Amino acid sequence: MEKLEKIVEECKEVVCDMNFQEAKQWKSEGKQRILVGYLPIYFPREMVWAANGLAVGIMGAGDYKQVIKGDAYYQSYICHLPRGIIDLALDGHFDGFDGFVFPSICDVIRNLSGIFQVEKIGHFSKYLDYPQNFKKEIGGEFYRKELDSILNKIFNINQVKTTKETLNNAIKLYNTNRRYLRLIYDIREKYPWRLSAYELYVIIRAGMVMPVDKHNQMLEIVVNEINKERGTPMDNIRVIIWGAFCEQMPLNLIKSIEMAGCYVIDDDFLIGSRWTTADIDESSEDPIGALVDAYLNHSTFSSSIYDVDNPKEKRLVQLAKQRKADGIIFASPSFCDPALLDTPICQKYCDKEGIKFISFQYSENVGQFKVIKEQVGAFSDSIKLWEETST
Amino acid sequence: MTKEVKKDKSMVLQKEMIAKQFHELTTAKEQGKKVVYTFVPGNLSELIHAFDMIPVYPEINALQSGMRKKSGGFIKDAEKIGYSEDICTYVKCDVGMLINGNIGPFGEKIPSPDLLLLSYTGCFTFMKWFENLERLYPGVPVAMIHTPYQEEGQITAEMVEYMVKQLKDDVIPKMEQVSGKKYDEEKLKTILSYARETQELINQIFETPKNIPSPIDAYFAGVYYIGPINTGFRGTPEAVEYYKLLLEEIKERIQLGLGPVTPEGEMTEEKFRLVVEGPPNWTSFREFWKLFYEMGAVIVASSYTKVGGLYDLGFRHRPEQPLESLAEYCMNCYTNFNLPQRITILKKYIQEYKADGFLVHSIKSCNSFSAGQLAMMRKLENDLGVPVGFIESDLVDPRYFSYSNIKNRLESFFQMLTQRKLVSQ
Ligand code: SF4
Ligand code: SF4
Repeated sequence: MEKLEKIVEECKEVVCDMNFQEAKQWKSEGKQRILVGYLPIYFPREMVWAANGLAVGIMGAGDYKQVIKGDAYYQSYICHLPRGIIDLALDGHFDGFDGFVFPSICDVIRNLSGIFQVEKIGHFSKYLDYPQNFKKEIGGEFYRKELDSILNKIFNINQVKTTKETLNNAIKLYNTNRRYLRLIYDIREKYPWRLSAYELYVIIRAGMVMPVDKHNQMLEIVVNEINKERGTPMDNIRVIIWGAFCEQMPLNLIKSIEMAGCYVIDDDFLIGSRWTTADIDESSEDPIGALVDAYLNHSTFSSSIYDVDNPKEKRLVQLAKQRKADGIIFASPSFCDPALLDTPICQKYCDKEGIKFISFQYSENVGQFKVIKEQVGAFSDSIKLWEETST
Repeated sequence: MTKEVKKDKSMVLQKEMIAKQFHELTTAKEQGKKVVYTFVPGNLSELIHAFDMIPVYPEINALQSGMRKKSGGFIKDAEKIGYSEDICTYVKCDVGMLINGNIGPFGEKIPSPDLLLLSYTGCFTFMKWFENLERLYPGVPVAMIHTPYQEEGQITAEMVEYMVKQLKDDVIPKMEQVSGKKYDEEKLKTILSYARETQELINQIFETPKNIPSPIDAYFAGVYYIGPINTGFRGTPEAVEYYKLLLEEIKERIQLGLGPVTPEGEMTEEKFRLVVEGPPNWTSFREFWKLFYEMGAVIVASSYTKVGGLYDLGFRHRPEQPLESLAEYCMNCYTNFNLPQRITILKKYIQEYKADGFLVHSIKSCNSFSAGQLAMMRKLENDLGVPVGFIESDLVDPRYFSYSNIKNRLESFFQMLTQRKLVSQ
């Protein structure tokens, strides 16, 4: 098997492993190591690494596990993600995890942090309240206290104090990780056939549950491999998928979209891994301050942020133009207020800017993709037809 | 049940107050007054009044539209322009109203906002809602105040400081700019002292259902009682007058041993005392209420009537520290409490109000309330052995109110309560 295929295969196994063996194995190999689970979208994993821990992305049980107990926790009109996570927790899949972080992206995730508290899952459940104020001395200070509080919780478990060196070292490793990811997206912008969206997806997602140094080695190989010719260019349209930042699409749905005639040249599936759009200062005297600065000044755009001065629809359209996208697919999890309330805003602006789009809703455990595939296929055909007639 | 329905003086007064408020709103532009859109939970009405501006609460427009059977059409119109069927119907009702000319529930045009004041206490969807409104009213300034969640079950000095900084740095300067007036702290202090008085009074009012029989229904009538304090009157002498009058009337009922007043007259026999979690349905509010009073069920305490503040836990505005106290107020609303706190609060209500049962009315629209309610219900059942019931509908989307479904479930619930009573006798 080729190097890249092997990596994709390995990553797929890691992604589908709802027992998080990769992370647990890492923990067992060192003293005072801990695991901190975090939910979508973004969490500064660097801090945990510096404290001798691994931040493990919990992106839902998807269609990998049949949800039974979780359904008793949630009404039918709440998205699927939390029920899968509760199921994993109650069935012991998180045994060995020390704590959990719930970033403030919606009320479902917020209240899930409360259920973890009530059910006493892990040593701590921290709702990480992201500031919506982007001034250093206001939102920045608040955010810093939030991060300090997480470090204290970790310290209470493993007695490891972070230092300037450990933090800077961790930032360096994650900077490398993000740099590779940016590079891969840039290469795919020109040669999307060299790495499919499905392959890229499993590679990134595996990086959320494995040690960053190991993932960096993988990414280096991926970059080398896709710098060479691979695959065959097809008559596909170029699309961006947006809205899928939290509850994830089933792997087969991503494949179906590609098979329906699309190159997915950008997306927000696992946007937390690429949240910071520029390198973070890795030799700072105040590394936590550097993480805060990165959040305030170098965050990507997302449903979880209301940046009054930097509207997301403009940034999305700008991204579409930069990536030379033919269109945007707004894909949102069912019952997801944050994604679904951004959609009309972005669509209106797309209309104004002449960007074509379609939208659909999905759920992480949906098994039938026929209708979506047809819709995407028709979208692809219509764009091709439009291109033909306009040339 | 006596069929005679006489309007209490407080009801008449409340009606007059609302009419006056509405007139002021619809003539705001002629009077040169600025209009601030904001939300009910954690609202900064006192500060808005300190700048002589007029608050508008979009979720109140939505619920009023629901009660007047207008919401269904608005929601469908919003769906036609791309708003998903899955999202909060308050937002869609508001957007639908706007695209239909912003004609409010009483048939008159609601003025456009001069400022969007976003203190999104206890609900993330509020933020998304205003992101949409900002686009629908291009150029409107937005003042944002991030209210930290009580994730560790407390309000810390740092949380207060963070909010005060936002007030000073962003909210107040924007209000000065929009209103053309300077921030007047003395004026704010005076307003806050009235607010404090109303809080004291409403707290006494919601304590009265501890009497048996309860003199009021703390949910269905309770939503009328919280109207003035939550929607723009808190901090006014009129509100103090209204709540004094209301409390007097309720005290009189206690002395006479009378039960709650319903739309069909006085309830003569109190069979079941309930604590309810979750907002009511507005599109079929009367029918919904009737399902309870016909069965002799009185709601003695509810979490919904605490969305505008938990005065029973001791919060009062403090004029001597105006901005700190506004900050604390924002953080003190029910949905800004974490789940373990919410369970403790409900436990307290069940025990102190001697409830026979606990009922969840789960709202399709509202993740803030609904996500986690089943876990809360189970915990209360396990810890207290209290009979629990579960019904569901929506706030303002009539498509999600199924009368027969709710009736069936309530009948089973009341049967369970009856059996429990027989066993314990
Ligand atoms: S899918 Fe949407 S609603 Fe559900 S938890 Fe994620 S962000 Fe919240
Ligand atoms: S989600 Fe709930 S609290 Fe938030 S706006 Fe909708 S109804 Fe109100």
